[in-house]
Amino acid sequence: MKYPVKHIISLGVLLFALWLGLSGQLNALMVSLGLASTIVIVAITHRMDTIDNETYPAHMNLLLLRFWLFLAREVIVANIDVIKRIFRPGKNISPQLFELPLTLKTDLSRVIYANAITMTPGTVSTNLDKKTVTVHALSIEAAQDLYSGRMANAVPEDYEDE
Amino acid sequence: MIFIELISWLFIATGALLGIAGGIGIHRFPDFYSRLHAVGITDTLCAAMFLIGLCLQTGVSIASLKLLLIFIFLFFSSPTATHALANAALLGGLKPELDEEYHGHCFDRRPD
Amino acid sequence: MIYTVAAFAILVTISLALARAFMGPTLYDRILAVNMVGTKTVLLIAVFAVVSERTDMLDIALMYALINFIGVVAVLKLVEQGNFHTSGDDGKGGPSLK
Repeated sequence: MKYPVKHIISLGVLLFALWLGLSGQLNALMVSLGLASTIVIVAITHRMDTIDNETYPAHMNLLLLRFWLFLAREVIVANIDVIKRIFRPGKNISPQLFELPLTLKTDLSRVIYANAITMTPGTVSTNLDKKTVTVHALSIEAAQDLYSGRMANAVPEDYEDE
Repeated sequence: MIFIELISWLFIATGALLGIAGGIGIHRFPDFYSRLHAVGITDTLCAAMFLIGLCLQTGVSIASLKLLLIFIFLFFSSPTATHALANAALLGGLKPELDEEYHGHCFDRRPD
Repeated sequence: MIYTVAAFAILVTISLALARAFMGPTLYDRILAVNMVGTKTVLLIAVFAVVSERTDMLDIALMYALINFIGVVAVLKLVEQGNFHTSGDDGKGGPSLK
């Protein structure tokens, strides 16, 4: 097995917490049903061999949390910029379509980066491959901000994934 | 707790204004690719403001947990849907309206 | 009071998005607008659930978010390929959209 036991345990805990949250009842019947379905699902997932570092990145939970805080700030700043452009009269946008070279090594971090680009309004990733990501940007400023690599540097990356 | 009430009203009102701004945006922007960015506003900050405001109203309960789940799901799925849409449009041959002034020079214009 | 304002604002946004869905001009604009209507509907259901204090409505909102996402991806696959039963690797692409 490629992945450690940690993944199985944390997946089970996550699924059980989801069950408790969605059912909202704490009597013995519901809890035991939830426990049973959690065990069945974890067993099936284990048998399908679909838990690994890519589908379930349990090894970088804390890094991801820090990245999400960074991303929240970026999303708010980008939103304000796009709203200003919506209400500015006359020529308010300068759309760009360009290929951004990628320095990130692993597939997982490339996907996280492309998703973060799409999530911040003002930039949308339209295509992703090993070397580049094609980006449509609403303005030249947004494009230059991506070129500065500020967001790419913040993306969590674990070199053991390769 | 009138204070929390007021904060949650502020969040919900901001979300409502952002939603209308996004709705105006999809009529102001000239082509499909720039409209994607306007929809991005309503998908990210507007939804976040609404859900945080509603979370403050419900307090710590099963309802706020479900609102948090909706929040997480929206935030995972909406960039994926936007990316799929942009990718399909590009593969389908829809040409974006680009800014002539900077077009082609973007690679040379590194930031200072 | 604030809920009435919020629901009204969401409905205004939905009607703006629907206007875009009717106007087009391309097929992708319409899918984009429908996606936006779906997101707003999720928020509308959430507001309604909180205002009527029926928390089981929030499950419906969650399901609506799921179905909206899957629906948009399925429609895009249909548009790209023209059908649902091929794998999409034949390189022929979908019908003409112009």
